[in-house]
Amino acid sequence: MPRRLDPFSPRERVLLASLTEAGPGFYALVGLLLAVIAWGIIAYIVQLRYGLGVTGLRDNFMWGVYITNFVFFIGVSHVGALMSAILRITGAEWRRSVTRMAEAITFASLLMGALMPFVDMGRPDRILNLLLHGRLQSPLLWDIMAITTYLTGSTLFLFVPMIPDIALLRDRFAAGPAWRRRLYTILSLGWRGTEAQRRHLERIMGIMAIIIIPIAISVHTVVSWIFGMTLRAGWNSTVFGPYFVSGALFSGAAAVVTAMAAFRWAYRLQDYITEEHFRKMGYLVITLGMIYAYFTFAEYITPAYKMATSERGYLTAVFSGQFAPLFWFTQIGGVLLPLLLLTVPRISWVPRLARIPLLRPAPALATIVTSAVVLLLPAVLPRTAALGGFEVLRQLPFWIIAALGGWLFLTLLPVFRQRPIAAAVVASVLVNIAAWLKRFVIIVPTLQYPFLPIQRAPFGWAFYRPTWVEWSITAGAVAGFVLIYLLFSKVFPIVSIWETREEGHRSEAAPLSAGEHGGVADAPAP
Amino acid sequence: MGLTRRSFLKIVAAGTAAAAAPLAGSRFLGRFRVRPGSHLPALVASRETPGTVVQLSGLPDSGGDIAVAYAAEPNTRTGPGEAGRRWVMVIDLARCDGCRECTRACTAMHFVPPGQEWIRVYEMRDHEAAAPYWFPRPCMQCDNAPCVKVCPVSAAWKREDGIVMQDTSRCIGCRFCIAACPYGARSFNWVEPPHTPEELAKPDDIEWNFRHRKGTTEKCIFCPGLVKQGKLPACADACPMGAIYFGDQVEDAVTNSQGETIRFSELVKENAGYRSLEELGTEPRVYYLPPRKRLYPAPPSEPEPATAGGHR
Repeated sequence: MPRRLDPFSPRERVLLASLTEAGPGFYALVGLLLAVIAWGIIAYIVQLRYGLGVTGLRDNFMWGVYITNFVFFIGVSHVGALMSAILRITGAEWRRSVTRMAEAITFASLLMGALMPFVDMGRPDRILNLLLHGRLQSPLLWDIMAITTYLTGSTLFLFVPMIPDIALLRDRFAAGPAWRRRLYTILSLGWRGTEAQRRHLERIMGIMAIIIIPIAISVHTVVSWIFGMTLRAGWNSTVFGPYFVSGALFSGAAAVVTAMAAFRWAYRLQDYITEEHFRKMGYLVITLGMIYAYFTFAEYITPAYKMATSERGYLTAVFSGQFAPLFWFTQIGGVLLPLLLLTVPRISWVPRLARIPLLRPAPALATIVTSAVVLLLPAVLPRTAALGGFEVLRQLPFWIIAALGGWLFLTLLPVFRQRPIAAAVVASVLVNIAAWLKRFVIIVPTLQYPFLPIQRAPFGWAFYRPTWVEWSITAGAVAGFVLIYLLFSKVFPIVSIWETREEGHRSEAAPLSAGEHGGVADAPAP
Repeated sequence: MGLTRRSFLKIVAAGTAAAAAPLAGSRFLGRFRVRPGSHLPALVASRETPGTVVQLSGLPDSGGDIAVAYAAEPNTRTGPGEAGRRWVMVIDLARCDGCRECTRACTAMHFVPPGQEWIRVYEMRDHEAAAPYWFPRPCMQCDNAPCVKVCPVSAAWKREDGIVMQDTSRCIGCRFCIAACPYGARSFNWVEPPHTPEELAKPDDIEWNFRHRKGTTEKCIFCPGLVKQGKLPACADACPMGAIYFGDQVEDAVTNSQGETIRFSELVKENAGYRSLEELGTEPRVYYLPPRKRLYPAPPSEPEPATAGGHR
């Protein structure tokens, strides 16, 4: 473990570099994010001015992309509780360098997730009615209570373990800009690293770790219940609570993998975030993915076996109808392939794939890209009426794309075996794209097949097609998430300095001796 | 008299236990801020008298004054509704010929914004062997209303007279109620509704279900404004086939546009009346008589393309 051999000061120098250095790349990224956010705000102003009619939402599709975003962001936010609480309680020492990343993800995505219902509201000007006239039997109120509790709890959980590091910053930035000095002085809460303070800190963290788990579970359970508490076929499911929680943890863990790779690369944290971390996170993602796959199977097989009249519509649409490409992508591209990618370093037959001529990277990639381009050409041309009657022909492009995707995957598998971190990143990005799409596939097909059929809908009201306003606001929310995360990493160390110093000791609960664990603020200045 | 509205009610209730109907009208008059000392007519309605709802219900003739009374202050909440009433609707599918006069009358009466149909006439076919039929769907005014349960701000609430009311002045536009309603009976004002001069000339009144407001949910509310005047709801009144009966379940009498007044219980019992999606337990207040021996040409056998997947 190289970091244990590191002397103090260079270690801090690496971990604090991100706070002081900001290259052109950083400013370019911030500029881009701000531009996207501004565009999202413009879209929202348009929506405020003209009403939700500027979205693709209509009476039959009363919820769509915004609620998808809501469920997605709240889901991603679950990783904080998972990483900080569950791994802390189970004593997984390797978590120390990634906990704060996970907690910050929780913070940023909760903010964006909590924003979404308000974006979705028809009358945001009446937001106070929720306080003035709030009714406790509405699952929406449960959401508000659970999310605010979780936001408070996870902010504390992010902040409290950061206090020693903030104290360190307070001392290090004594000559820095005034705003930093002031910020760190206030936030360090007078931390001196005394024995009593450390005891209090450990105690608070121990209590928080236990409290935050049921809160986190409650959050996504009640989020699922805005669907589960309705009578609609496809939402009326008893398994929705645990199903959503499992999906949330899966997508959140994958988001941490992406963040780990991004910070490792951008802030040169190779010594702190090692391949070992990716391997361990990979195991976590695999485990959560299998739990999620199990719940998905249970959720769909029970109605699909029976094919009740009310369930038949959306099930057929999801398995073989208009939503089938999305659904099967979420299952194959979002669960199966990522799990395979994460296990690829351990699969012995993978290197042999490279010996198959069809799978030699260069010719295979050339063929795949060419055929994809050829295939997409007719897709952009107006659809000919001749194809109208032939279901198989109309589905053909999907099958070809699926086959090309499979081919591409097999071609790249040996390459990924050589580069496990790249494999983990691709896997986690796939998981998160699929997580978003899966939430869409949970919401929209059910609305397409209500109890009373959709009839006499005005033109364009019988299907849901999100508009540029919805996509712009969604892009703005994603950019907002990244920006909050990025700025957080510029103000606070994204890898816990004092906790990673403790790594390697048998247990964090072991009695502290001044020699081993001198208060961080006491460390010699570089 | 020096009586408050409530004590008056108690006296009336105690004194006329034999007939439940006398309570009628007294509660809702409270809407007009009847102060102690005001004269309140004790109304006794005969269950035996055939005729229109107004005769049966013994509603006071407030005529056009209601609009005037509301004009003073925009009505946002209506209280518990009319005491001792349980409004109920019976739709005889055997009589419905799909002319959609009900929808048109409703739209005209409430200035229903474009794209919405508060009573929508579906073309239904329960299975391949059955003939298609028309299925007018107003709001079911469920006794176990899913929309009321989920509303976070009680913009939707259940009145004692059975009506599920909707307050567009309070609604925050979360559309949870639309998601919860299994009948698709709720509509949303996605854009600012067009305000015609005719609508603007009318007072802003929750019981007439206008003014329409952008970003809020609306639906059929059994026309309490008309019912109060002793008239049938717009849809029932407009039905040329007399397919829509409306009345009070407590009085056990329903009336249609042809002036036929029938005992509600007998009508439903003898014609094997059912309620839509009974298995969901929503306890609708709208009953349907099966489309048996229809008196009209059925809808085309092939329903609209978008109809697949549902059932009645």
